[in-house]
Amino acid sequence: MKNALGSVDTVLVLGGRSEIGLAVAERLVRDGARKVVLAARAPLGEPPALRGAEVHLIDFDATRPDGHGEVIEEAVKLAGDLDVIVAAFGVLGDQAAYDRDPASAAASIAVNLGGHVSTGLYAARRLREQGHGTLVVLSSVAGVRVRRGNMVYGAAKAGLDGFARALGDSLHGTGAQVMVVRPGFVHGRMTAGMPAAPFATTPAAVADAVATALRDGTHIVWVPGILRYAFTLLRHLPRPLWRRIPR
Amino acid sequence: MTTPLTGWARTAPTPATVVRPRTAEALAALVAKASGRGVVARGLGRSYGDAAQNAGGLVLDCTRLRHWTFDERSGLVTAGGGASLHDLMATLVPRGWFVPVSPGTRYVTVGGAIAADVHGKNHHRDSSFGAHVRSLTLVTPAGARVLAPPDPLFWATVGGMGLTGVIAEATFSCVPVETSRMRVDIERTADLDDTLDVMTRTDDRYRYTVAWIDLLARGARTGRGVLTRGDHARRGELPGHGDPLAYAPATRLAAPPWAPGGLLNPLTVRAFNEVWYRRAPRERRGLMQGIAPFFHPLDGVRGWNRMYGPRGFVQYQFAVPFGAEPTLRRIVATLSARGVVSFLTVLKRFGPGTPAPLSFPIPGWTLALDIPTGQSGLAALLRGFDEQVAEAGGRVYLAKDSRLHATTLAAMYPRLDEWRELRAAADPGGVFRSDLARRLDL
Ligand SMILES: Cc1cc2nc3c(=O)[nH]c(=O)nc-3n(C[C@H](O)[C@H](O)[C@H](O)COP(=O)(O)OP(=O)(O)OC[C@H]3O[C@@H](n4cnc5c(N)ncnc54)[C@H](O)[C@@H]3O)c2cc1C
Repeated sequence: MKNALGSVDTVLVLGGRSEIGLAVAERLVRDGARKVVLAARAPLGEPPALRGAEVHLIDFDATRPDGHGEVIEEAVKLAGDLDVIVAAFGVLGDQAAYDRDPASAAASIAVNLGGHVSTGLYAARRLREQGHGTLVVLSSVAGVRVRRGNMVYGAAKAGLDGFARALGDSLHGTGAQVMVVRPGFVHGRMTAGMPAAPFATTPAAVADAVATALRDGTHIVWVPGILRYAFTLLRHLPRPLWRRIPR
Repeated sequence: MTTPLTGWARTAPTPATVVRPRTAEALAALVAKASGRGVVARGLGRSYGDAAQNAGGLVLDCTRLRHWTFDERSGLVTAGGGASLHDLMATLVPRGWFVPVSPGTRYVTVGGAIAADVHGKNHHRDSSFGAHVRSLTLVTPAGARVLAPPDPLFWATVGGMGLTGVIAEATFSCVPVETSRMRVDIERTADLDDTLDVMTRTDDRYRYTVAWIDLLARGARTGRGVLTRGDHARRGELPGHGDPLAYAPATRLAAPPWAPGGLLNPLTVRAFNEVWYRRAPRERRGLMQGIAPFFHPLDGVRGWNRMYGPRGFVQYQFAVPFGAEPTLRRIVATLSARGVVSFLTVLKRFGPGTPAPLSFPIPGWTLALDIPTGQSGLAALLRGFDEQVAEAGGRVYLAKDSRLHATTLAAMYPRLDEWRELRAAADPGGVFRSDLARRLDL
């Protein structure tokens, strides 16, 4: 249960290898969480040590929606009520490669959007039954206004962002919530070797922002916070200018 | 239809299906039918945290089980689990009787008083509520059972936070009083050592004692306070005219509707504390006070909990055994030095506890404070206190708690496993569940 000061007991990370997902779990454990379930494609290997928390590993394939309901059920069996479900899985890919192989672009959408839609609906069903809990959806500023240099990834995030907000609305009054997290450029494995965008951030900073938002009950989280204002402007940038943004 | 519920401190709301059975039979039928997310009893919702909440499940509001009878010869009350101490007092006091234990509010139910094994200002003399209960009717999925001491399930129910079953009815003893007035002595103390010393030496002269602690005082004056101690006045001590047993607790003022949320913020709380200390006489003896102002000063303002604003507040109450005064000193000094503001900080000397494995009071000292949730670093500060309290052999009070962690709980209540076994035997299907139970893995 989330307590009066916003700390929780149990966490499920969908995308158990995601650096952001792990950073969030690590941060919530530091604040008192005692059970973590990491769901990822096998083989996951040794579970990371999370300061005294009980860690479980389960099999999860984002591209196989028919197994998503069981993933949630299995996590509940291991951890009990799920206080926080972090949907952190995703693939970034590279637009040039998608241009060469459009079929691979569709496959990435199946993960970045399709996988989130089915896990999101299953997660919401469980949280509604519980009467409490937060689904944390890792969206991205890339979906706020989609750029030509990142259109496949951006389109998936745009779809996901809209889906997640509406899912949150559908849960209103049930005790369950959806938190949409919109990080900017996050330094890490997924972005290694790429030139950093302005206001780049880190998995740890995203984790801190998620923990604070859990405490405060915030439903839309920009990391860093200044991006909220930057994108208010960028959203209204005239198209001829927007088009020229390189990546 | 679900209703969002919180405790008195208005944090961590969760929705539940709330049903208010009128009879013990209806209650038993609801318990027998409970499924999936389980069921827990709720009284008047005066516990501060999530004890009377059950996210996604069933909550049985017992306040319609309010019938009661009184046997003047034996001084025994038999009351429904939802009868409130407020209602009982309104009839008992004019007849020359008083409840054996009253918490700082009289708006609690008999069921809630037993489930939390509540204590009052007379704990050093009379122990907690459970010590005065002769028998109770407990509704479990297997039906209703009448329990009395020394039945282990009786004691698992006392202090058991509603997790062994629903208390449909209980019989407990009352105390005779000659008047409805209290004869009260008030004195200020210089610092924490002085406070502890005066209480240790002279508490036993009074039936009721409590100390208010000024957390704003720092340095040499850290832990200074105001001691309020009293007894039921004897008939001969009242001026001649009028009914000595007249009892009419003041009609309650509501917190004004325009009172902005967050009226109780660090600034106003500071000002209040300053005034409170200055207002108290250095020493005053033989003051005559009514029952309500002496026992339930906060009941005078209806809905005062709303004044903390929408995010609510946290009440932190711990007890440490005698001999652990250094821990108490360290915590008070830390609170003062960190400038933590608390609306009311209360220190009390506990006497002997009950045999109940989860009952909070142990012989020693208890400190209670309430803090707006907004103060930064609060979670870490309180977790640090938890560790010191556990290390000193102390514990945190579950009826007030909304933020303790399961691992620390086990260190604080060494008889937890014994209680768990009793509970598992009484409720093998795990029907009784609450948010508190989930949070603390009870
Ligand atoms: C201003 C104020 C001052 C207080 N001062 C004190 C004090 O001095 N000393 C003290 O000890 N406490 C004090 N309290 C706490 C209060 O006495 C306890 O929390 C008490 O349990 C509240 O009773 P309730 O009827 O409101 O129960 P609720 O808050 O509704 O429920 C509390 C617990 O009791 C269980 N319960 C309720 N009814 C039943 C039933 N019929 N059968 C089984 N379980 C049941 C619930 O499941 C829950 O676990 C104070 C609270 C306030 C708001």
